[in-house]
Amino acid sequence: MYKYNDFDEAFVRSRVAQFRGQVERRIDGSLTEDEFKPLRLMNGLYVQLHAYMLRVAVPYGTLNSAQMRQLAYIADKWDKGYGHFTTRQNIQYNWPKLQDVPDMLEALADVEMHAIQTSGNTIRNVTADHFAGAAADEIEDPRAIAELLRQWSTDHPEFQFLPRKFKIAVTGATEDRAVTKAHDIGLRMVRNDAGEPGFEVIVGGGLGRTPMVGKVLRDFLPKADLLPYCEAIVSVYNLLGRRDNKYKARIKITVHENGLEKIQELVEDRFTAIRAGFSGHDQELLSEIETAFAPPAFVAKSIDGYEAARLANPAFRSWTDTNLSEHKADGYAIVSISIKKHGATPGDATSDQMRVMAELAEKYGHNELRISHEQNVILPHVHKSDLAKVYAALREADLATANIGLVSDIIACPGMDYCALATARSIPIAQEIATRFDELKIEHDIGQLKIKISGCINACGHHHVGHIGILGLDRAGVENYQITLGGDGTQTTSIGERAGPGFSAEEIVPAIERLVTGYLDLRDSPAETFLQTYRRLGMEPFKAILYPVEDKANAA
Amino acid sequence: MARSFTPKVVTANALLEGDAVWLTEDNTWTRDIREAELITDEAHGDLRLLEAQARADEIAGAYLADATSGEDGPEPTHFREAFRTRGPSNYDHGKQAG
Repeated sequence: MYKYNDFDEAFVRSRVAQFRGQVERRIDGSLTEDEFKPLRLMNGLYVQLHAYMLRVAVPYGTLNSAQMRQLAYIADKWDKGYGHFTTRQNIQYNWPKLQDVPDMLEALADVEMHAIQTSGNTIRNVTADHFAGAAADEIEDPRAIAELLRQWSTDHPEFQFLPRKFKIAVTGATEDRAVTKAHDIGLRMVRNDAGEPGFEVIVGGGLGRTPMVGKVLRDFLPKADLLPYCEAIVSVYNLLGRRDNKYKARIKITVHENGLEKIQELVEDRFTAIRAGFSGHDQELLSEIETAFAPPAFVAKSIDGYEAARLANPAFRSWTDTNLSEHKADGYAIVSISIKKHGATPGDATSDQMRVMAELAEKYGHNELRISHEQNVILPHVHKSDLAKVYAALREADLATANIGLVSDIIACPGMDYCALATARSIPIAQEIATRFDELKIEHDIGQLKIKISGCINACGHHHVGHIGILGLDRAGVENYQITLGGDGTQTTSIGERAGPGFSAEEIVPAIERLVTGYLDLRDSPAETFLQTYRRLGMEPFKAILYPVEDKANAA
Repeated sequence: MARSFTPKVVTANALLEGDAVWLTEDNTWTRDIREAELITDEAHGDLRLLEAQARADEIAGAYLADATSGEDGPEPTHFREAFRTRGPSNYDHGKQAG
């Protein structure tokens, strides 16, 4: 993993000291809220419905055990003993007190973490494939590039006042687990005809009020050109992006209004103009960073015990069937720890659970953890011979739910239980859906199904790319939930289509149950997923299930 | 025809804890909406909001929220404001925890 150098350390410490002074001046009344707001947002501090909220960046979703333990310590000391992992690989604390926040930031700095640029109209935490460095289908570990982008974008003087926030995601794999097509810039590592690694550069994707699938700006960008090219994109956007209307300010609108060709032309011009300024220092830095992300020393051990444990313990076998992914090293597996126990809040982990995961990473996982945008925690490198022990420890900590990728593995934003922008609650809907399907005992039969819930149009819960998306709205003072179908956040990204009128809070869970059990009758075989069935049959049969005709007759 | 004014309370987030507070008639901040001043006159409401906003070292983000007169004092009319009097629905945290 990347280690802070003296510059990083001094920079983060100085930002903490700066913010400490700002908080003091806010508390003694010398700063008004209007004056303080942009300062606190630069440090990830929001005011929510019931308290402040501190959003801490987990850079490209990577943590070591000491960092995870520190997150637990912060949760205990200054919050309510838990944290909420988000769809942008961040962690949010929901209950900090204003006067404690500088100490929390100091504690983060102690483990090389911070909350800088987790808010505001800047380049946000760069997200990455949560299987980075471990995935079998990977060209290269994308985290070195993500770290380079982090260093470049942090406090970049040109990009502190962009028209709007700016999100970059990067993956080194064929399977897109980083939702690159729904980011302002998406970077997918590919090889050119000569076999050299580089990037497909995608621009102008995004969810929110106007969902858009990103467009390919460059089919192949040599790795060495990445930084100047990204700088050219953000630079063009900085000048061209609209500042007159907040809802038209994201780069997806800039690309849409100006056309891809015009953006391409401007970016290429700007790239040509600034390319020479990148005299190779960035490449020296990159190779230094790359050594920090060298793969751990994988070992060769027998996996006989693992196979025997699978045969002996059906619960363990079920967990290995759903929660493991293929690792690039022989004998290893990628473990996804579900923090979506049926009925629990998606993405929440208690401090005790964080410590258990930290310990497992230390003992069995080469000291590495990842946060996924699907709000789970990953142990990227576990030898199969250790899996039974890992599973047993997870079970003790209530972390062994075997539901990764299934109907109860729901993404949900905090919604109106916490968020000041929300128009309806998301968490209780997720809890009820997961509980209901657990009662029905059919989720393994249903198979791969992604339900994603947002509590407002800003779509932090990625509902547009859920196979089933749920959007909570305020309709005449009552919570109302709209369903979209057929969304997909992978390399075949598509935006879900609205199924029809919304449902009340009481109706939404039965509607989802009807939809999913209806799909079981529609699929041509158990191997056909919900999304495949939807793509084969289209909206109509699903609409008929959601809005049965007799209901209409009764209502008339 | 002038639109009719619906009763309001002045509400904000407390500066240090960040939780919901409401302005009382005697210019204190209460954590119980039932103790808040129920404002029935639009001009008075605007004035009270200005006065609240001037108290920068006590609160953040003051605004007028719809309320109605209940048995024990003002009550919220919208679910968002009702949530602010209680706390989140997934844990026994916030005001409902007492």
